[in-house]
Amino acid sequence: MSCHPRTRAFRRYNIRVIWLSLGYAAAILFATYAFRHHLLSGAIVYLIAVLPALPIIGMFVAMGRYITEETDEYQRLLLTRQMLWATGFALSVATVWGFLQAYDLIERVDGYWVVVLWYFGLGLGSVANAVIERRAA
Amino acid sequence: MNNRLRVLRAERNWSQGDLAERLDVSRQSVNAIETGRYDPSLPLAFKIAELFDLAIEQVFTSPSKETPQ
Repeated sequence: MSCHPRTRAFRRYNIRVIWLSLGYAAAILFATYAFRHHLLSGAIVYLIAVLPALPIIGMFVAMGRYITEETDEYQRLLLTRQMLWATGFALSVATVWGFLQAYDLIERVDGYWVVVLWYFGLGLGSVANAVIERRAA
Repeated sequence: MNNRLRVLRAERNWSQGDLAERLDVSRQSVNAIETGRYDPSLPLAFKIAELFDLAIEQVFTSPSKETPQ
């Protein structure tokens, strides 16, 4: 997030994200290793396949919890604006990509890339916040 | 929304950081309110007014009473 407020809620958010990132790294390494070496069979393959998604979903939950726990209302506004940028950007690119894909004009990509787009959109939102702040200063 | 936050703060020799600490918000938030970039919620506006021992309307100018620039 762009603003780096040193609030208690933000520190809690950071700690959650660190743990979730470690969980993601462990999950992706394990799942990749298990699938590459054909160690799995049966219904468990579905569970292991979605394992790396769980910490990412956890990051969305962590962000939601941060917004509800943050007592500084201006920081909430900044993050909300960032998330609107992220959502607008990710949905727009996904929509355009989807139509190009539907007419076989570009290659198909895995759906989880929309998360990458969303996080990139957070970066755009951060730039938007900085521009607004600077213009008003 | 116009306000007298900067003047009130200067009268007490408080930095934005000092005021932020007293209000339990970030310095960025104080700056945004001071420069009129952000209108605080009613509870925060009350907190600010009470900190300076003033009524809300002595700190903030009602938008309906603001003179057009």
